[in-house]
Amino acid sequence: MREPRAGRIAGAAIASLILASSLVGAGRAQMGKVGTSLDPQNFGQIERGRYLAITGDCASCHTVPESNQPFAGGRPIETPFGVVVGANITPDPETGIGDWSDELFVRALREGKGHDGQLLYPAMPYPYYTKLTESDALAIRAYLNTVKPVRNAVVSNKLPFPFDVREGMAAWNALYFKSGEFKPDSAKSAEWNRGAYLVEGLGHCGACHTPKTTLGGDDRGQALQGYALQGWFAPNITNDSERGLGGWSIADIVGYLKNGHNMTTASTGIMAEEITLSSSHMTDADLTAIATYLKDLPGQTARPPQAVSASDPRMAAGGAVYVDECSACHGMDGKGVPFLFPSLAGSPNVRSADPASLIRVLIEGARSVATAGEPTGPGMPSFAWKLSDDQAAAVLTYIRNSWGASAPAVDPGQVAQARARAAMASGR
Amino acid sequence: MFFDPAEGAAVEALVDRLIPPDPETPGGKDAGCAVFIDRQLAGPYGRRAGLYLSPPFIKGTKQQGPQDEDGPAVRYRKALAALDQYCRQEKGGAFVSLSDADKDAVIGGLESGAVKLDSVDGQAFFELLLGNTREGFFADPIYGGNRDMCAWRMIGYPGARYDYRDWVHRHNEPYPHPPVSFMGRADWNARKT
Amino acid sequence: MAQKLPKKDVAIIGLGWTGSILAHELTDEGLDVIAIERGPWRDAPTDFPTTYVQDELRYRIRHELFLRPEQMTFTFRNRMDQQALPIRTWGAFMPMTGVGGGGVHWNAETFRFLPSDFVLKTHLTQRYGAKFLPEDMTIQDYGVTYDDLEPHYDRFEYLCGTSGTAGNLKGQIVEGGNPFEGPRSRPYPTPAQEQPFSYTLFAKAARELGYKPFPQPSGNLSQAYENPLGVRLGPCTYCGFCEWFGCGNYSKASPQTTILPALVRKSNFAYRTECEVTRINLDGSGKRATGVTFVDTSGEEWEQPADLVILAAFSVFNVQLLLLSGVGKPYDPVANQGVIGRNFTHQTISQAIGFFDKDKFNFNPFIASGSIGMCIDEFNGDNFDHGPLGFVGGGYMGQVQTNGRPIQTNRVPPGTPAWGAKWKSGVRDNYLSTVIPGTGVHGSFYSYRDVYLDLDQLYKDRFGRPLMRMTIDFHDNEIKQNAYLTDKFAEIIKAMGAKEVVKEPRKAPYDVTQYQTTHLCGGAIMGTDPSTSAINRYLQSWDVPNLFIMGASAFPQNAGYNPTGTVAALAYWSAEAIKTQYLKNPGPLVHA
Repeated sequence: MREPRAGRIAGAAIASLILASSLVGAGRAQMGKVGTSLDPQNFGQIERGRYLAITGDCASCHTVPESNQPFAGGRPIETPFGVVVGANITPDPETGIGDWSDELFVRALREGKGHDGQLLYPAMPYPYYTKLTESDALAIRAYLNTVKPVRNAVVSNKLPFPFDVREGMAAWNALYFKSGEFKPDSAKSAEWNRGAYLVEGLGHCGACHTPKTTLGGDDRGQALQGYALQGWFAPNITNDSERGLGGWSIADIVGYLKNGHNMTTASTGIMAEEITLSSSHMTDADLTAIATYLKDLPGQTARPPQAVSASDPRMAAGGAVYVDECSACHGMDGKGVPFLFPSLAGSPNVRSADPASLIRVLIEGARSVATAGEPTGPGMPSFAWKLSDDQAAAVLTYIRNSWGASAPAVDPGQVAQARARAAMASGR
Repeated sequence: MFFDPAEGAAVEALVDRLIPPDPETPGGKDAGCAVFIDRQLAGPYGRRAGLYLSPPFIKGTKQQGPQDEDGPAVRYRKALAALDQYCRQEKGGAFVSLSDADKDAVIGGLESGAVKLDSVDGQAFFELLLGNTREGFFADPIYGGNRDMCAWRMIGYPGARYDYRDWVHRHNEPYPHPPVSFMGRADWNARKT
Repeated sequence: MAQKLPKKDVAIIGLGWTGSILAHELTDEGLDVIAIERGPWRDAPTDFPTTYVQDELRYRIRHELFLRPEQMTFTFRNRMDQQALPIRTWGAFMPMTGVGGGGVHWNAETFRFLPSDFVLKTHLTQRYGAKFLPEDMTIQDYGVTYDDLEPHYDRFEYLCGTSGTAGNLKGQIVEGGNPFEGPRSRPYPTPAQEQPFSYTLFAKAARELGYKPFPQPSGNLSQAYENPLGVRLGPCTYCGFCEWFGCGNYSKASPQTTILPALVRKSNFAYRTECEVTRINLDGSGKRATGVTFVDTSGEEWEQPADLVILAAFSVFNVQLLLLSGVGKPYDPVANQGVIGRNFTHQTISQAIGFFDKDKFNFNPFIASGSIGMCIDEFNGDNFDHGPLGFVGGGYMGQVQTNGRPIQTNRVPPGTPAWGAKWKSGVRDNYLSTVIPGTGVHGSFYSYRDVYLDLDQLYKDRFGRPLMRMTIDFHDNEIKQNAYLTDKFAEIIKAMGAKEVVKEPRKAPYDVTQYQTTHLCGGAIMGTDPSTSAINRYLQSWDVPNLFIMGASAFPQNAGYNPTGTVAALAYWSAEAIKTQYLKNPGPLVHA
């Protein structure tokens, strides 16, 4: 499995960096325990902060789902190195951030430093939030000041050694953290710049969609070109015609982010949660700005791989499974039903180099997101009991190489891995 | 699971006359109908799970439906015992040992009521057995019968499918795909080259 | 002692079609609504997915989606002088349980009644004279007209995306549709389903005989559809697993595919599943409902207070709950008094089977949907002159075969043994070339004095309460009606080119083991006179004004059509009265 191997290599690297680096964290400035100085009656600022907190999807890490305790922390976040737990960011003075000064809060968001100067883990996406303007960061603070204080002491650091040594983050930051507010590009439109501000900043899209180095930092050279995490493959969201959003219009992107569904696809898994908590509540203008920016990210010049030959026995087998089991929703032409059953034909997801999401949906089934704009939320059943690893691999190979597409065949071993992961997850 | 060996053999013999083998299609025995019935009787169907079983059990009109105190599992047990007794007494041996003609005569007698079983309604048992045999013959193979989908092949039923849109307008044309069961069909497996 | 819950504005008993419609309408008014459903939540990908729903044994033969008789059943007898016995396993009808109710497992045949059906007593008396009707026939006018309900029929059809061809647009007869239907304000929301071979052949034969065949109005959609609530359905794929089964690919109209996704998003809507309402609670005067009592799966009793109670539990369960709660005067057939339980009806169903030459005809019967079919309406209602015929009523007829599921689709020509080699070859040789219409003749069932519901004296449910007793048999009128219709139907089957036609007319006595649709109606009927009806024209209880009773229990008699379209139209009609009249001024809406 990819993750532990990366972890082991990273562990060795970080351990040596820890020995080499001085105690960066020792240079703590004693910030006063004074609490907020923001005006609790500045409703304009508070409402702006509320919108920004939604845009940044703070709840996805800081709120335990269905706990009815917003921002009280306690939600475990799976990283390639282990589990980090989201902190309590309600105004509780002892277990939350109630006693933090506003400067401390802004520093946490934009510099990745905790209350006493300890280095935060980039599961808290400060490398992205560094782009926030001070005004936006303060607005978020103003909003969080109004949230119900919850007494909930959270220990965030649940990482195994050596990752639990926070000082190691100093070296990581040296490699991967470039502090600094967003600088607009004067050659681009205001809309593009707003989109860039959101995507590269508060939206922290790259946290899931940008491939990582073995040390877990963003591989900037392949920004937003897709990344495998938590058993899914977060797809390429550049304007690449084969693997990215090249076939989507701005309206398709906006519709997807707002409603979870568009003509050709439906959101499920982690992105479904993002849509529910975050982008479905954003303004059309902001969603359009995001789409404008993404559509301007150049595609890659990689040529698509050669298609698996139609005479390959796996194609015949996969085609038989498809006719019998898949066409009732996805159609013999692979086009599905707009807004109801995703189109497999012409789908970058289906053709992605890493088929993790595809395999997972087939093995576990999938419930698509239900939003106000698209309340139906259709689901796909699990095929785990019906298809062997070979049969599942065959039908996925078939859809990846039909209707004009070409992508590497799926290996039965990958299906077996997905089954094992699902079994482990459901046993938890 | 439910039948003892003698009962199982008798049921196999019965279903093989109800649906005899022919060169094209297996009979009830090789199709697995007895296996089907055995599993059904061992499960909720056999013990009438979910049905209204409160007393009193009063025999009513035919239109009022079954009012038996016994469920299918008990009825099979009793009927097979009574049938065995009848065959030994009247036909000189257990049902399995009779010739096909004699077996058919016994079954026909149950159907018509001419064959009377001790303390068991032979006609009612015949109806029950015939119904279960047909169920086993035509249900999905996961239930134990319809082995290799032989019954579906016989009639031209394509099995557990869900999309016939391409065939709605093709009037009076044979449907080309072979039957598929819940666990698939042979074509789902890549042919080894 | 029941634990009391916080009060809600509205408590709805049952979350099927009418429960969902009322919940949606009343939450739109800002009311705080709770729906209490006896069965479980049901949903396509988890309860009837395309991976295993095509299981005839499990769902059709073993009734897995349906109410277990152990949980609730009825007793049955044909005549009053008989001992009623429990229906220990379902046969003649299949009561549903679970969210979505019958809307999950129905065929989705979505008819409207004829205008004359709503004023039947007046109409037939005017045309044929009072003496033409049998003395013990108790038909009544509904108290609403087709015109009252037209906008609500339209609303339901557009909710569902019903697929059909209009036959009467604002009075203009349109070729291809049903020329007998009442005028509709606009066309169906989606076009009629494409018809496979046998149905097309039936239409051709019917046309040649001078009839006007039309496609059966179908809630199995011909194309993808987004309804006014933003909920989406997909196109039907003709799987042949419709009635008795849930739809695995969102192409059958049901509460799940039309209302519930929008309803569950509302903060003022709550629901409880697997909670059985055992009583509608009344105050000391007996004239006001204070809420309901229900039992959860651990046997705990709870009281849900509410200002308004909507009884939406399905026709016969509505009546049962009314009887057990002491709402309204129970019907006594001997004294001919009382209203709860009177005018109980079902449907008069028959078919004619056509055996065709297997070398010339291949019908692929497995390519079908629940509402596929071509029908004629020449013999429905009072569309034809009954004077010389000596009966009233009628029904639509058509090739409406819904499936080719093999356990039950193995008809052999008469004379073929029921088992053995000849049976086997008979099934083999006839499976693909036999037309088995199913509810091919779908006739009305009018009401009679001695066909009714009351409480049984002997058998009890799991709470120790008396089961409801059904006393029901066919009267000569329906038998004559059916014989006539079956003959006409057989002529069309013959004209299709059958080499042999087997007529199977309905025969008395009514048999509770033979499936005849689940169109159980009446027992809490609507009307203009409280001495002969349980509810007024707005479905409001005459006795308890803050209780409204949905469903086909409202029908004073059953027409020759599937009831759901009319049930839904009445629900919307009633909801409108609640919203525009009752909420502003709670109290009786009609003063008799």
